[in-house]
Amino acid sequence: MAEFRMPSLGADMDAGTLVEWLKKPGDRVSRGDIIAEVETEKGIIEVEVFTSGVVERFLVEPGTKVPVGTALAILQEDGATPAAPAPSAAPAPAPSRTDAAPVPVPPTPAPAKPEAPPRISPAARKRAAELGVDPASVAGTGPGGAVTLEDVEGAVPRAPEDARSRMRHAIAAAMARSKREIPHYYVNHTVDVTPLLSWIERFNEAAQVPDRIIPGVAFLKSVALALREFPAFNGFWMDGRATPSSGIHVGAAVALRGGGLVAPAIRDTDRLSLVELMHAFRDLVARARASGLRSSEMSDPTITVTSLGDRGTESVLGVIYPPQLAIVGFGRILLRPWVVDGAVAPRSVVHLSLAADHRATDGHEGALFLARIAENLEKPEAL
Amino acid sequence: MTREEIRTLVLRTFARIAPEADLATLDPKADVREALDVDSMDLNQFVLAIHDALGVDIPERELPKFFTVDGAVRELEARLSKEK
Amino acid sequence: MTFREAAKRAIRTAMKRDSRVFLMGEDVGRYGGSYAVSKGLLEEFGPERIVDTPLSESGFVGAGIGSAIGGLRPIVEVMTVNFSLLALDQIVNTAATLRHMSGGQIGVPVVIRMATGAGRQLGAQHSHSLEGWYAHVPGLKVLTPSVPQDAHAMILAALREPDPVLIFEHQLLYNVEADVDEAAPVDGVWHAAIRRPGERVTLIAYGGSVGKTLLAADALARDGIDAEVLDLRSLRPLDVPAIVRSVERTHRAVVVDEGWLTGSFAAEVSARIMEGAFYSLDAPVARVCSAEVPIPYAKHLEDAALPSAERIASAAKGLLAHG
Repeated sequence: MAEFRMPSLGADMDAGTLVEWLKKPGDRVSRGDIIAEVETEKGIIEVEVFTSGVVERFLVEPGTKVPVGTALAILQEDGATPAAPAPSAAPAPAPSRTDAAPVPVPPTPAPAKPEAPPRISPAARKRAAELGVDPASVAGTGPGGAVTLEDVEGAVPRAPEDARSRMRHAIAAAMARSKREIPHYYVNHTVDVTPLLSWIERFNEAAQVPDRIIPGVAFLKSVALALREFPAFNGFWMDGRATPSSGIHVGAAVALRGGGLVAPAIRDTDRLSLVELMHAFRDLVARARASGLRSSEMSDPTITVTSLGDRGTESVLGVIYPPQLAIVGFGRILLRPWVVDGAVAPRSVVHLSLAADHRATDGHEGALFLARIAENLEKPEAL
Repeated sequence: MTREEIRTLVLRTFARIAPEADLATLDPKADVREALDVDSMDLNQFVLAIHDALGVDIPERELPKFFTVDGAVRELEARLSKEK
Repeated sequence: MTFREAAKRAIRTAMKRDSRVFLMGEDVGRYGGSYAVSKGLLEEFGPERIVDTPLSESGFVGAGIGSAIGGLRPIVEVMTVNFSLLALDQIVNTAATLRHMSGGQIGVPVVIRMATGAGRQLGAQHSHSLEGWYAHVPGLKVLTPSVPQDAHAMILAALREPDPVLIFEHQLLYNVEADVDEAAPVDGVWHAAIRRPGERVTLIAYGGSVGKTLLAADALARDGIDAEVLDLRSLRPLDVPAIVRSVERTHRAVVVDEGWLTGSFAAEVSARIMEGAFYSLDAPVARVCSAEVPIPYAKHLEDAALPSAERIASAAKGLLAHG
């Protein structure tokens, strides 16, 4: 049994429309026969079959557009039935039964044996996933031609040496994968954080020195709380679908001195008080800058928040860290003319952005999510 | 605590926050937020470190006085002598 | 000092330190031990504490177990692991089980030493490596010294245990010489030791195989392959974390074991690597074991049947093979 699939007729082809079947169920086909016509952006193309055998049934009706790789028909392969003679130079064995329809042996090579899957060592497979490399595309040099760790690392241009360039490299791989695979959409909003800032000022006046908080912590919490109502933005895109996470672990992007950044998770962000969050965040920043992060902290985040702090620019549009579903950006807090109760007044405002995976969510939902974050910031006492 | 000891403490605290900076060439009148690329989290850590080392509580609204090394030394000296 | 001397000194130290300790076994007294480990001890401690026994493994191992239950600290010497099969019932059904079957009331603090392994043309029934069988049995502890220091430390460590400990001394090791610190702490013997640090492949061995594994590592180094040699030291309990840590670093492992390939202790180690370090493996785990024949008498056949430095090195190269 073999499947005839929608072929890829060029690297840029993602899908094709089946125009017409040129065979019918029960017909014999030989490797190289034209079995169907498929319409692509380049026009109508005749499609060959790569299996010799009998057409068993069609799976897709003419006029249907399907992605590359979709099974279009089922063929009964030669060789799958015991009596089918294999084309061979060796003397044919005595037939065990008389075949009613002897198959004319074409002077073509035997049906291509299905390719053995490439041998990839477990370590190589794991590293390839980390680097965003397709291990099957790497030439193997290990025992029996297996793809090894070294092969995978060698497939990435110039294996970096020191920690800094390794990090640059990891960022490059993750961000390139993000922009290659994730269809981002963006929504933006500006929120008046004057009440938040004065609330923090009052809070800090009463707090012990170690318990004083910074606005960045309120930003993290506002996102975490909004995620409770918008779980579609919290989790991962895996195996072709969104997999929401039950826990809310916000990854806080931390810029490192001298370049690079990391976005380690603060576990259960939504359940921490602002002071607990401040302690966790401060500890995380200190350890991130001293390269003392735990691997789980790096892999745990279910969403990322990037905040430019008080030394950045007005706004930031993030790039989603795969396989996460979204990233929320906070610009620098700025004093701006703002309309309050019908009059223009100087207010502290911050620009929010959401970049989200369009495979998982749509803009309308994204806008509601961002608005919810803004509302949370306008009611700081609820944080 | 002498002024020099306070200055050493302030510089050492900033050195921990910005380990890559050459503090020998830091202008003591320069705004550290610019000169050392110090953000609000760094300043929070500075306040906490000073509190741990000297027991001095720097209120948030006074924080701008600490944005230069000279300013920080002057303020801490004043606060420590007041306590005596 | 030699491996033999190190073992003897440990026995002597233990006997001086603790009057409950005594040695029993075939020819341990007047003959001085089949491998001359106890030579001179009869004169020093007398026939009450250096006890020659009849040729009955089941009988004297059973007597040792009984005296351990009764409060003594016997060291029982069995000539070779091959003969210990006659005492298998005593060791596996009695010594290993009694603490469990008595609900913890009765312990059996017996130490049983025996020679193991091949290489001296002693014929099949004196040359097998069956320590892996004993390592299968819960209730026993199994130690395999590879150097004089461990020959010394393992006897002292075993005597501290409240339960039966088996020590397998490879018969080719008795003449090996190295410095021994008799005052060194002995607790470390329950953990695997890195005998040579390396980066590219972990060679895992124990007892008599450690020496040839180190030779293999030297040969590999000459070919530019930096191999790590991990000496298991204790087969039960097995130091799995040490194995996993090493393989996580090197991504490749060769397990060397003088037992036969099928059902070998090397198979257990290999399975542990699979369970604990699968995603770090860059090549299948390789094993170098004895050929599946009773160990032959003829020199060239015996050599061919046993793991050798060449076979170990070539297995390691196979894991790194390019092409």
